[in-house]
Amino acid sequence: MSVRVGKTAAALAFPVAAKEALGNAQLRRNVHHATDVIRNKRALRVEEMPDWQQLRDTASEIKQHTLAHLDYYLEEFARNCERAGGKVHWARDADEANAIAVKIIHDFAGEAAQEVIKVKTMTSDEVQMNVALEAAGITPIETDLADMIVQMGHDEPSHIVVPALHKNRVEIRDIFRVEMNLPELTEQPEELTAAARRYLRERFLRTKIGISGANFLIADTGAVCVVESEGNGRMCVTLPEMLITLVGIEKVIPKSQDLEVFLQLLPRSATGERMNPYNSLWAGVTAGDGPREFHVILLDNGRTRLLEDELERETLQCIRCGACLNACPVYRETGGLAYGSIYSGPIGAILSPQLQSLEHSRSLPYASTLCGACYEVCPVKINIPEVLIHLRGRLVREDQKTMGGKLGMENLAMQAVAMSFMSARRYEAAQRLARMGQKLFEHDGELRNLPGLAGGWTKFRDLKAIPKQSFREWWRSEGRS
Amino acid sequence: MHYNTGYHREAVPLVRRFVQMFRDAECICVPSASCVAMMREHYELIAKQKNDAALLADVHALLPRVFEFSELLTERLKAEDVGASFAHSVTYHPSCHSLRMLNIREGPLKLLRAVRGLELRDLPEKEQCCGFGGTFAVKNADVSAAMLEAKEACVINTGAEVATALDNSCLMQIYGGLHRAGSAVRTMHIAEILASTEGGT
Repeated sequence: MSVRVGKTAAALAFPVAAKEALGNAQLRRNVHHATDVIRNKRALRVEEMPDWQQLRDTASEIKQHTLAHLDYYLEEFARNCERAGGKVHWARDADEANAIAVKIIHDFAGEAAQEVIKVKTMTSDEVQMNVALEAAGITPIETDLADMIVQMGHDEPSHIVVPALHKNRVEIRDIFRVEMNLPELTEQPEELTAAARRYLRERFLRTKIGISGANFLIADTGAVCVVESEGNGRMCVTLPEMLITLVGIEKVIPKSQDLEVFLQLLPRSATGERMNPYNSLWAGVTAGDGPREFHVILLDNGRTRLLEDELERETLQCIRCGACLNACPVYRETGGLAYGSIYSGPIGAILSPQLQSLEHSRSLPYASTLCGACYEVCPVKINIPEVLIHLRGRLVREDQKTMGGKLGMENLAMQAVAMSFMSARRYEAAQRLARMGQKLFEHDGELRNLPGLAGGWTKFRDLKAIPKQSFREWWRSEGRS
Repeated sequence: MHYNTGYHREAVPLVRRFVQMFRDAECICVPSASCVAMMREHYELIAKQKNDAALLADVHALLPRVFEFSELLTERLKAEDVGASFAHSVTYHPSCHSLRMLNIREGPLKLLRAVRGLELRDLPEKEQCCGFGGTFAVKNADVSAAMLEAKEACVINTGAEVATALDNSCLMQIYGGLHRAGSAVRTMHIAEILASTEGGT
């Protein structure tokens, strides 16, 4: 099995990529503006809910229960989906999911070149399905506005819910002008929308195959649920003759009634809307109504491994609302591309490395101040800071097994500090040593240009020199002990 | 610092030592919200992970006696006016761990409002992290500095002479940025302000 998550294997370490992003003033303005807008809208829609905390508790309980019995609910879903006329496929990893999708398309329409229309699915970006489809002569057309912008701009998604959040209207206009051949287009939202609509309608009507993701799989009915704001999803799941839904196995919930909880939490958390404009629910196929052939690909791609540990398992409760991205002060400065994964922000920082057994995205668990803003807004109460700390522990333990890690500057510093914290005598000796050493770097009571790890501090900030007398020394000199 | 950076094994003896040192204290007053958050959120977990029943019992006995400095004053001693005077304008930064882990909201503001001569100024976007984050400040120095810049601008916008908080670590970050930028705004731990009798009668 080979677990892949987007292009994480080739990604730069977060501090390096983040530095680059910080240098892009336009990107930062776009991200500041967009996250502020969504965050404020969310806050309004959450404040008006008297039972918000109970809803969060309930959602978390439903997810915990489902994940503890995931095999049971997945099999129940598969049975009910097939009973309703759908076909269920199980994919262990990215390659398997892509191979299944290509085979379904070839079986349905032959191997000649063809097009598919797609509704926003992060899971498809996770397995890089577009790359696999193109290699098989199949042209994927993204129909979610933001995904379309990303696809046309040969860009990467920077947000789970709003993939083109890093682009502003003028940049989008420029992409449309070239890709849609509309040299006169202005950046008026109405004009941009109309251009996208014309472009998409044509493709909705002529394309025979659709690919979607899913927000929820409902075990007791075998139904699939997709929520969206633009109506493109509704078109993609109803107009084509054949539909493939690719979905991570953690998206299953036990029963239809559970939607009552999630459909309140998700739109308010994601976009600050009371409900999504389009909520599509379907089970299998219905003669004379919608696609005549329907396939669900259930994707593992590293997920089952997260089930083994109770804390890691929490990660799979995620309903991909993106609230943690909008709340995160780190994401706010860097945007999503710096994370090097299609799953960015706080949830990306725990999900991306875990799916890949910490083989890639190893710098992401450190891309957080542990400020807790993500946990505060999470509608399913994933304790992201706690999972981050847990993953840091795993990374340190792995590093300490290697000679390079053991002798690394950070490990040595941490060991030395731990030693000095263990006795007052050693601590005071270390203090005296530091007081002598700091003379080299001291100017007017401030430390500048410190060496090693501390250089990261003094590159941007001043640091008051350690005073000549410590509190304890003063206390003793006053004759109190 | 060790635990939050992933040095979990190294943190265990430090936890043991802390618990042992303060075993007999009637009340433990901690002038750092993030240290209190560490004790309340993780000490129990650390003892459980080590399967150390004795340590766990000690932690359980210790925690009810641990108070963050402002908590001790407002929750335990029910004090608001501590008789301080400090004739300066002050803005209060609610540090992330005091706010989100200890749920300290009104207490410090009540204490500050009762200080004679003190003019409290509201900090815009106060719940935003200052960018410190322990080793984050050096591991991700560029991002930390960008976050700090936003916090600095908010502090300067208040026009206050002094920025205060319950955590010296955040104040070290805020001071470092302000001083490097040539700002005259001072940073003081809330205890320093409450201990002040400057210009008082």
